[in-house]
Amino acid sequence: MSRRFKPDWVHAGLTVTAVLVFAFIYLPMIVVVFYSFSENAVNSFPIQSWSTKWYGVLMHDRALLDSFQNSLIVAVAGTLIGLLLGIPAAFAVDRFQFPGKALFERIVLLPMILPGIITGVAMMSIFVLSGLHLSLVSILLGHGTFLIAIVMTQVYARLKRLNRSIEEASMDLGATRMKTFFLITLPNIRTAIIGASLLSFTLSLDEIAVSYFLTGRDLTLPVQIWAMLRRGITPEVNAISTIIFVFSVVMIVIVTRLSRDKSEA
Amino acid sequence: MNPIVQLQNVEKQFGTELVVKGIDLEVEKGEFLTILGPSGCGKTTTLRMIAGFETPTDGQILLEGQNVVDIPPYRRDVNTVFQSYALFPHMTIYENVAYGLRMKGVPKSAQSQRVQEVLHMVQLESLGNRKPMQLSGGQQQRVAVARALVNNPKVLLLDEPLGALDLKLRKQMQIELKHLQQQLGVTFIYITHDQEEALTMSDRIAVMNQGRIEQVAAPKDIYENPQSKYVADFIGETNLLEVKILSHAGPGVVLDFLGKKLGGRMGNNQAMAERMILSVRPERIRVSKEVDPDWPFALSGRVEEMIFVGSIIRTMVRLTDGMQIFTMTPSQGKASLVKGDQVWLSWEEEDGIVIGA
Amino acid sequence: MQDEPSLSVMKPEHPPKHRKRIWRPRLLILLIPPIIWLSVFLFIPYVTLFINSFWKVDFGTIVHDFSFDNYKKFFTNPLYYGTFLKTLRIAAWVTFFSILLSYPLAYFIHFKIKKNKQLFYTLVIIPLWVSYLVRAYAWKIVLGQDGILNNFLLAIGIIHKPVEIFLYSPYAVILALTHIYTPWVLMSIYTSLEHIPRDVLEASKDLGAGRFRTFFHIVIPLSLPGVIAGATFAFVLTMGDFLAPQLLGGTSSMMVSNVVYSLFGVANNWPLGSTIGIVTLVVVLGILQLTHRLEKRTASFEDGTRGR
Repeated sequence: MSRRFKPDWVHAGLTVTAVLVFAFIYLPMIVVVFYSFSENAVNSFPIQSWSTKWYGVLMHDRALLDSFQNSLIVAVAGTLIGLLLGIPAAFAVDRFQFPGKALFERIVLLPMILPGIITGVAMMSIFVLSGLHLSLVSILLGHGTFLIAIVMTQVYARLKRLNRSIEEASMDLGATRMKTFFLITLPNIRTAIIGASLLSFTLSLDEIAVSYFLTGRDLTLPVQIWAMLRRGITPEVNAISTIIFVFSVVMIVIVTRLSRDKSEA
Repeated sequence: MNPIVQLQNVEKQFGTELVVKGIDLEVEKGEFLTILGPSGCGKTTTLRMIAGFETPTDGQILLEGQNVVDIPPYRRDVNTVFQSYALFPHMTIYENVAYGLRMKGVPKSAQSQRVQEVLHMVQLESLGNRKPMQLSGGQQQRVAVARALVNNPKVLLLDEPLGALDLKLRKQMQIELKHLQQQLGVTFIYITHDQEEALTMSDRIAVMNQGRIEQVAAPKDIYENPQSKYVADFIGETNLLEVKILSHAGPGVVLDFLGKKLGGRMGNNQAMAERMILSVRPERIRVSKEVDPDWPFALSGRVEEMIFVGSIIRTMVRLTDGMQIFTMTPSQGKASLVKGDQVWLSWEEEDGIVIGA
Repeated sequence: MQDEPSLSVMKPEHPPKHRKRIWRPRLLILLIPPIIWLSVFLFIPYVTLFINSFWKVDFGTIVHDFSFDNYKKFFTNPLYYGTFLKTLRIAAWVTFFSILLSYPLAYFIHFKIKKNKQLFYTLVIIPLWVSYLVRAYAWKIVLGQDGILNNFLLAIGIIHKPVEIFLYSPYAVILALTHIYTPWVLMSIYTSLEHIPRDVLEASKDLGAGRFRTFFHIVIPLSLPGVIAGATFAFVLTMGDFLAPQLLGGTSSMMVSNVVYSLFGVANNWPLGSTIGIVTLVVVLGILQLTHRLEKRTASFEDGTRGR
């Protein structure tokens, strides 16, 4: 075959493009990680000397640590709300036919895709107009609303793929609906629920558009970082960004592992 | 003795579609009954109604004389072997089989004894610690049977349990299942679309078509005495000829087929009508090169094609009026016929069954 | 969102779904809590926003005086409708570039990578999870006056003093948002490529189509639903963005959400902000409806993107 010796320009071009796009996706983040170890207070190029001092500064930044704690509270509570309402919604959509089902599905998913700023100002309006104070609770309510959608999508996707006859087999063998749910259904969608929880947790921790408008006295981490950025670049932001980046990577590795868990098949 | 399962005018409607159109069926204790029909004929729905996964829209289902229509599946003494096996993927084989006992609250020690017993029955004692994923299709199928038998159900329902297996394994499992059934004496209601499987395994076959049961009879009887055109065509192979009845004496009838006289007998429970169908099995047709004076009726034609299928030869004969008839004869050392031969077709009066069109 | 490989717990065929009574108690128990939640925290806020859009502001307080003035203002004042149109343009560019960048990479990963395909895919979608703020901010380091790009260009002598045009321009916003939404579009396209049965491509080649013709006649049409879904996402999310323009764009690249942001903040004109929010909302819903239909129409496999 003479073809083998001819260079394959199409393939080569495609490979180069793929590598460049890949670099485009990663480069900015890698830049942040590098700069977080720069000793300089200005993000100048090339980096003059290396240090971990900004991580030290981070650890003593009261406001930042407080906002991190606030974010954790909101993320945990928001995830719980998402699970508590999203799982039933997923079951309703998977297991039942009812009028307006398609509409229900689309409405649940709306907060996931609608611009956060509009959801943010809309919710802020009702809080302020009804005289309620903006606080962590208002942020939490805002987050819960879109986390329902996250949980529902994830759990529904798993339910759709679940072989319903294992539930029938369970009932056939004498298990009531309740027992069947806990012994058969739940163990088989467990990883989807864990995955949805981690995803919700991460998204909540990162959310800013809705949070920005619903924030009262207590800031969440992204809102705090945003405030720092608006005051001007501080290398501390590089450090916290690096931590968030690493945290996100760990989370997604866990989630992909879970959603592809073969042993549960 | 009362039948163990009785279906009385059972109907099932999904939306506007009537899937099961009022069927009556009685299954005797210890019987192997097969519901045979093409996909979409309502056989699986019928089975699911007996299991309790679907509620009939009309009619009654009696289990040992008791109406079970409103009893949920988990309180019915029937168990199911699912087409997809439906093994619990997160449990070991042992846990799968023990599940039914666990639900009944059987003590742990008794559970283990019974599980071993059932696994032994299906020859899988050594695989108790595996997960379903680690088993072959045939092994998974056995687990499904073991799991369904663990509680000694009064009736075992099997929904195309061998459908996913390859031909050879399927044939082997057919025999094994049949032995298991005879050994345990459990009533089996078995669903399949494979007529050969039905003929091999069943005590009786119920042929279903478009939501109705067309005929219930023993395999041999259903083959020899089909009561409808559908059954004659679906079970085994046959030639169907449109005929008119000229005269009849006892069961025997003289028929008119496009101006020629043919012999046959009335099928069971058939009303006499102007137009009838004559069904003749291909292996019952005698093919000869000369007219045999001993045979009163014969059709003439020309050999159009001969297909060698191992143990038999299928011969296609084109009749002079254009219709095609096919016959089957055991293959012998040398072929007696060749393509193009002028031949005569004839059969015993007994083998030409006349049924309603 | 995640796509999972077939597991053996998958459905072999569809067992008849329940079609008994429609409103069963079990269904109501499942359905009522999310419906109440969404009514209170989604529906009521949007209705409030809608109502607010008809009031006006007088000396810093909202006057409940019904009128269409805000809508008139929006559609006549170039500051508002102009910004809105500019936002649509920016969103279109971001969408265009996201598709342009993600399609080759998705194609490459799916068709060219044999080993560790899953790993590569995971690597590509990791950025989805990484903080939006971090990713937007990263570009500030790259594009800033003292940033990498300027210093790089200085070093190789293309420019002689740091320039500011990289940052604080609509280009910076388009670049950053393209970077942010490319993984979304990629995930969507990748999923649709994954659903093209390999034998369909082989059939095309078998019938005499070369790889280009197979690509244009088979691969592109069959992956269209994924492209549309990804594009919708990029477009709609860009429309609602206010952080990237503020961080990277400067005043010349204000987008519609920045206007809303300031009307609800320093400018303190909630009714007008609500009006713009409602207009954006209507446009977004219109786009969603349109692309939803397009996706359905272009889907060649049953169940949208999930044909196997």
